[in-house]
Amino acid sequence: MSKLNSNAPTGDIDKRWEKHLFELSLIAPQNRAKYNIIVIGTGLAGASLCATLGESGYNVQSFCFNDSPRRAHSIAAQGGINASKNYQNDGDSIQRLFYDTMKGGDFRARESNVYRLAQLSGNIIDQAVSQGVPFAREYSGYLANRSFGGAQVSRTFYARGQTGQQLLLGAYSAMSKEVASGKVKHQSRSEMLEIILVDGKARGIVVRDLVSGEITAHTADCVVMCTGGYSNAFYLSTNAKGCNTSATWRAHKKGAFYANPSFTQIHPTCIPPTGENQSKLTLMSESLRNDGRIWAPKKIEDCAKDPREIAEEDRDYFLERMYPAFANLVPRDVASRAVKSICDEGRGIGTEIHGEKLGVYLDFSSIIKRIGEDKVREKYGNLFDMYERISGENPYQLPMKIYPAPHYTMGGLWVDYNLMTTIDGLFAAGEANYSEHGANRLGASALMQGLADGYFIAPRTVANYLAKNKLEPVGLDHPDVVKAMDDVKDRINKLMNAPEPKNSPDYYHKKVGRILWAACGMSREKESLEAAIEEIKALQIDFWQHVKVTGIDKDMNQTLERAGRVADFIELGHLMCRDALEREESCGCHARMEYLESDGEAKRDDVNFAYVAAWEYSEDGAILNKEQLDFEFVKPSVRDYT
Amino acid sequence: MNFTLHIWRQKNAQSKGDFQTYQVDDIDSDTSFLEMLDQLNEQLIGKGEDCIVFDYDCREGICGACSLVINGHPHGEKKATTTCQLYMREYTNQNELWIEPFRADSFPVIKDVLTNRDAFDRIIQAGGYVSTNTGSAPDANSQLIRKPDADAAFDAATCIGCGACVAVCPNASASLFVSAKIAHLDHLPQGRVQSDTRATNMVRQMELEGFGSCSNHRHCESVCPQDISISNITTMNRLL
Repeated sequence: MSKLNSNAPTGDIDKRWEKHLFELSLIAPQNRAKYNIIVIGTGLAGASLCATLGESGYNVQSFCFNDSPRRAHSIAAQGGINASKNYQNDGDSIQRLFYDTMKGGDFRARESNVYRLAQLSGNIIDQAVSQGVPFAREYSGYLANRSFGGAQVSRTFYARGQTGQQLLLGAYSAMSKEVASGKVKHQSRSEMLEIILVDGKARGIVVRDLVSGEITAHTADCVVMCTGGYSNAFYLSTNAKGCNTSATWRAHKKGAFYANPSFTQIHPTCIPPTGENQSKLTLMSESLRNDGRIWAPKKIEDCAKDPREIAEEDRDYFLERMYPAFANLVPRDVASRAVKSICDEGRGIGTEIHGEKLGVYLDFSSIIKRIGEDKVREKYGNLFDMYERISGENPYQLPMKIYPAPHYTMGGLWVDYNLMTTIDGLFAAGEANYSEHGANRLGASALMQGLADGYFIAPRTVANYLAKNKLEPVGLDHPDVVKAMDDVKDRINKLMNAPEPKNSPDYYHKKVGRILWAACGMSREKESLEAAIEEIKALQIDFWQHVKVTGIDKDMNQTLERAGRVADFIELGHLMCRDALEREESCGCHARMEYLESDGEAKRDDVNFAYVAAWEYSEDGAILNKEQLDFEFVKPSVRDYT
Repeated sequence: MNFTLHIWRQKNAQSKGDFQTYQVDDIDSDTSFLEMLDQLNEQLIGKGEDCIVFDYDCREGICGACSLVINGHPHGEKKATTTCQLYMREYTNQNELWIEPFRADSFPVIKDVLTNRDAFDRIIQAGGYVSTNTGSAPDANSQLIRKPDADAAFDAATCIGCGACVAVCPNASASLFVSAKIAHLDHLPQGRVQSDTRATNMVRQMELEGFGSCSNHRHCESVCPQDISISNITTMNRLL
């Protein structure tokens, strides 16, 4: 019944990747130059993949929409990267990282993939250090580690609060080395707008040059998408403004299944919005929860007071109260829901928007008292500075205000063990794929996954695909190429020439974002999801009738770029709600109000929902395919962080 | 808050640009500088006009995409801050703002206040890396690095590649950008092996791109949003 084959190996879990590597076909070094690979996106996954494929001798064509690969949003990751090195001798192991990731994801991920990720985690640190990534070190000269959200061991490597920046610049420098060698041909300010299929296989892409507006086609032997996540569907998120779903959505409409689109992570510690015209939200690293204590006033009448004037006994350190074992370090979804419930009770603090105060305090006064301001500055200086720039308040003196915000998407293109989508020859790596994080990602695991995919997994599995498929070159005059180009031009024409142009792309983006945040955000339920689905359908019709794009298409036109991305977010938003509606359980980030324990914990239904929901595009509405998840090596347990 | 904005409008690299004046009113003081421009662009869409094009992405000060010279200062007057991290509360005493692109021959204007900074990518390609291949690295703790060296490497490595150093320099020198990468890798044993050739190749590329040389004006250090120190330039010169 299922069209999905995970192609995961069988046998002992710790031997599976090794066994699989041996079974994968190779291409001899002297033959690699005969193969062409397209990589879209140059974040951690894309840049590391370009570097590795280039070093191996393949011809790589890479594309990114920014003005340089170094701008990709991986750069903004703050906290760190996990690896099961057990340098701290605190009982960590591959098995434990595997188990923690499965459990953190609330048992909605594929065991084989997660184990492989844990196995590769150590190599990533070795690789990054060899590139000159300046991780934090102890006075002994050894690498430093810290504990990070949801983990009881110190396995997180970090570079102050800029770990993503340093890892991305490492991957970017490795990629630059291959641009210099001529093996990688890179084009910046280029946005992929269509995937080209020939005989059912991904053979190229259509790209818009964002400077000239020119539409061009590029063909190759296979295509890898490293195009990131879709948190910006919510409009306000911690993602960079340019992050979008367009590449993955184009692929979806051409046959790549979209997996668990409703699995979106809401990060508990972000700076709350202050007004209607805010364009994005900023994350405050989870690492701050190691030393900061989260609280809200016990009494509603205290909420408007200066927090320093609220007596200790009138403060509710609610995470410490509700989850004594993990306290402020509970996983992101648990923390986010707790914060929401406090604010729903009316105990929120900060600016009032639409009659609600959405914020709680993250307080550093006890750690400052304990280790001193200088030590705190050394650990978190850049984060405190950033907070002060944005909020205008000094967090050394006043507690930070925080509220949850969309941050990461566990959902994405469905991929098998080889990271190949349901389209032959189309691979997806990094946040763009659904994979190891199940229904919730643990802190410091995104960087790990992006780099594992790019440095170590995709280079091997892509080579295997190329070795096993005899492919004839596709010329730019091939009818399927011409058709794809025409489709892109038609779509741009429609965006430029709506029948009754009235509203800007941002107007629609904010609308779809508000619908999704209310119905498909931190809490979901049947009726509101059904209503949201109808609202989004109406919004889609409104969009194509009334979207207003000024300027011309044969020019740099950021309004047009936005319009195309918003159109795709609207369609994806519809699918997110359908997916959330279909999954009648709570798990990880997915909190269906009908399926919560009395204490607010997720009530998982392993009998009926232990599957990956992989949606197949159809004109008449998406079709649900299920990949059943088998748990041979971990026993799904109730996540209990009390 | 109300502002009169004089913004550089330029159709493309070939055409001549000039300042156009716009008015934006009722701006909340917690609005970021770029959000203020977003609101102006929404007004322009309302009037059916082409929007002002400017670079931005993360809007949290780390991607290095945003630029702009505001009242003569790259990234505005506020110290150690990118344009995207400026908030209108900084401008309570200034209601007239002049907004221009980063100006340097090696950063040609593409349109309006958005420039082409590809030259920075090419400088990195000339040597801003360690020539290590994936999979060949030894265990990360097999080579110890003194904490002060690791910290110094990190301080240099935080450069976001925005180009403000070039925009402010009377010589349009990229020395701060180039030296930050050279110094970052020179502080670490992994990178030091190639320090000499790296410095030579990167500086040669900088010159080929048309950037000037450093003559110690030190403006770059004062506008750098990441507080990159000009002592890196000393390190670079020592290696040449």
